Amino acid sequence: MSSQPLLSLENLSAHYVSQQGTRVVRAVDDVTLSVAAGGTLGIVGESGSGKSTLALTILRLLPPAARIVSGRMMFEGENLLDKSDEEMRRVRGKRIAMILQDPMASLNPLFSIGNQVGEPLRVHERASRANAWERAVALLKSVRIASPETRVSQFPHEMSGGMRQRIVGAIGISCEPRLLIADEPTTSLDLTIQAQYLNLLRDLQREHGLALIFITHNLGIVAKMCDQLAVMYAGRVVEQGPVSRIFSAPAHPYTKALLGSIPRMTDNREHLTAIEGQPPDLSSLPPGCAFAPRCPMAFARCRAEAPPEAAIDEGRTARCWLAVPGAGAKAEMNRSAVA
Amino acid sequence: MAVTTPPLAATAAADVSPTAFWRLKGFPLIPVMILLFIAFVAVFADVLAPHDPQVGSLARRFRPPFWQEGGSMTYLLGTDHVGRDVLSRLIFGARVSMIVGITAVLVAGGIGTLLGIVSGYLGGWADQVVMRITDTWLALPALTFAIFLAAIVGPSELNIIVILGLVYWTRYARVIRGEVLSLKQREFVRLAIVAGCSKRVIMWRHILPNVINSAVVLATLMLGVVIVTEASLSFLGVGVPPPKPAWGLMMADGKKGLMVGYWWLTVLPGLCIMLMVLSANLLGDWLRVKLDPQLRQL
Amino acid sequence: MKQYILRRVGYSLLSMFLLSLVIFLFVRVTGDPVSLLVEPGASPEDIENMRRQFGLDQPLWVQYWHFMASLATGDLGQSFYYRTPVLELYFQRLPNSLLLASVAMTLSLLIGIPSGILAAVRVDGFWDSAGKIFALLGLSLPSFWVGLVLILFFSVYLGWLPSSGSGTPLHLLMPAFTLGWYFAAAHMRLTRSSMLEVLGSEYIKLARLKGLPEALVIGKHALKNALIPVITLAGINLVVMINVAVVVETVFAWPGIGRLLYEGITFRDFPIVQGVVVIGGAMIVLVNLFVDILYALIDPRIRLES
Repeated sequence: MSSQPLLSLENLSAHYVSQQGTRVVRAVDDVTLSVAAGGTLGIVGESGSGKSTLALTILRLLPPAARIVSGRMMFEGENLLDKSDEEMRRVRGKRIAMILQDPMASLNPLFSIGNQVGEPLRVHERASRANAWERAVALLKSVRIASPETRVSQFPHEMSGGMRQRIVGAIGISCEPRLLIADEPTTSLDLTIQAQYLNLLRDLQREHGLALIFITHNLGIVAKMCDQLAVMYAGRVVEQGPVSRIFSAPAHPYTKALLGSIPRMTDNREHLTAIEGQPPDLSSLPPGCAFAPRCPMAFARCRAEAPPEAAIDEGRTARCWLAVPGAGAKAEMNRSAVA
Repeated sequence: MAVTTPPLAATAAADVSPTAFWRLKGFPLIPVMILLFIAFVAVFADVLAPHDPQVGSLARRFRPPFWQEGGSMTYLLGTDHVGRDVLSRLIFGARVSMIVGITAVLVAGGIGTLLGIVSGYLGGWADQVVMRITDTWLALPALTFAIFLAAIVGPSELNIIVILGLVYWTRYARVIRGEVLSLKQREFVRLAIVAGCSKRVIMWRHILPNVINSAVVLATLMLGVVIVTEASLSFLGVGVPPPKPAWGLMMADGKKGLMVGYWWLTVLPGLCIMLMVLSANLLGDWLRVKLDPQLRQL
Repeated sequence: MKQYILRRVGYSLLSMFLLSLVIFLFVRVTGDPVSLLVEPGASPEDIENMRRQFGLDQPLWVQYWHFMASLATGDLGQSFYYRTPVLELYFQRLPNSLLLASVAMTLSLLIGIPSGILAAVRVDGFWDSAGKIFALLGLSLPSFWVGLVLILFFSVYLGWLPSSGSGTPLHLLMPAFTLGWYFAAAHMRLTRSSMLEVLGSEYIKLARLKGLPEALVIGKHALKNALIPVITLAGINLVVMINVAVVVETVFAWPGIGRLLYEGITFRDFPIVQGVVVIGGAMIVLVNLFVDILYALIDPRIRLES
């Protein structure tokens, strides 16, 4: 058994370029990540951090204005960037699947549930119409939709939000992919249904041996569902590693701020801590670390030079000068000198 | 939408669309020049036209344009079925088209904007009434309605203007009303209400200036439509009455000579109409994008 | 659903009522109704008789009542020239207009829909620009000019097609093309914008994520959704076509409703004009109603909305 990760992104960059070639938005910037087979990776960040773009980049479904500029995407040992359009099409839905955020909008209002759930089967596995229909019923059952035989001939607008999201999940697992990417899957669901849905996803993962990438801004979901975490800011991965270790000892100031801003029942604080400042404008990033303008621990070097990804310990990295031995020491010296 | 090759230099070449030709940095230079030219011709028709457009001699009928055999430089674009100079008639026809077109658009725009503001702002039964009338009006195609009205009151230049105004105001009313409805929600209107301004004052001083943009865009777009309708009416014989040289009328007369190949009597007036309408449409398109992106669904 | 239909029908009835009112008022109130409703060249006693017969000396609402009563029985007056009831004349000519409109509509859809789809799928590409130009020309070129130019080329210069009349499919070609021309541009624009809107939606994104071939994404998922407004418009336009065909039918001497209207105008045969307009308006209101109801039946979203 190879210990090779299922998916491995290496120095991946994707940029949006304006028509005249003047404005460049580095939506995904030098991202290095990996997901083990059967593992769960959480990708966390604010809106505009590039997490959704990253998902589309993996599937090579970026809009025409965007280009993948450098890096590799290794999936099951093959570089996805080397594949032709047709080969890539066969990967989508069959080997890597994705769930979108808004289930109502993701389902075509004019076609029945059975039609839409069975569609990947008909396309990727050449299932007959009858066979696809049967398997659609079975899939609905596996995502715990009651009376799947009746539901299968109904239409999206006849379903509740929670049901629709399950249906989208059913579509996702229909061809038994190795990797499922879920982009904010619970954001449009009621709180009470969110937990049910997450449990469902976890069970499906175990049953089918799926690897899961969870894109979310909700750290609570990460805590519950993921074993690995990558925190993104301004298109870059600023910290990654095992969830438990990051939660107990975050290395990057942004991660610290994110964790610190979650109100806890046990807190005696009177104020909610928010992160100061505004998310950066991706088309005009400052030369140094992107988070420097808002970072409480920033020092001179942070503003001048963008930090590399530094290893903290086994399996953890952080993109911060504080994590680089030597650079941080200088900071300590500066501070202690002033104090 | 799949991305093809991966490690690519990031620049994408900007497409140059064919309409860019008309647009020189966005501004529709050529259409505007054409419209100005036509306006110029219309104003100075008396001076520019080589002959009297209404006087003809049967001895000189059906002369072809100067580049064809049988043509001459005296009658540059030929003569019609009663010997009148085509070029002069085209020039005076520009005057007719301009006057009828612009006036009708102003009339329709005036009524439509007014009623649109009233119905949009006041709401209630005023709105209902105006909307029902508008729907009814719109149930009939403009041409049919115009023909109907023209058949009743008889053709004359003035009547045509009134008729066209009556037929087309509803299109204005609809759009302006929509604008007003969204304007009503804006802060400055609410402030004015709170400050105690009367409805009339609000409509006149706050709402009206803000819908002028849309009205202007609509006006340019409508100009083309109105001119085509006027030409159609004249062609059918219920538009501008003879012997006034309306382009549509010229084409109706020209039909008589068509079967024997006297092409210039129908093709040339049509080209004039086309140029004017095309320019108006291009100008309207540009204005629409420039002045109010919200109107893009028009 | 039922409520929707009932509401819709009521609305149409209101429209037709208002339409008849408008037509009635315009005739009675502007100018001299007698000169319109009486044959040209009638003697003064005839005119007096007519005046009494039409009740023109009676109060307006009485007149309106009579007007509506006769409309209800289908009595639209009698043509001066043909000496036959207008309704009869109308239905005599209707099949010709229907034939012309159907062929024109088919042509306009055959040209309009594919070009609209192409323009949307390759936005800002060659086809899109070509489409934009086509749309512009469709709006800007008066249909009768197109018709006359076609006659010039195909009848006069080339001698391939007959320039007027009806009878053979060849007679149908040019008029149908001329009539369909403007609508083709309109349908193209609508298809394009509708398609663009659909292509930007989430379910198309998901369809691609499923790994469906592009042909399926466009042909199955996008198309059905995008065509809904187009078909709606086309249905209504069919009836509109019949009404605005007056110019085309005049140019090509096609014996349909439009030509009937032209005759009415030229010969000052007012009952014909009034009749054509009344029926035309009623038809359009009805087809709008029909299309709305059909739409409700087809689109599963509205079906369950009560």
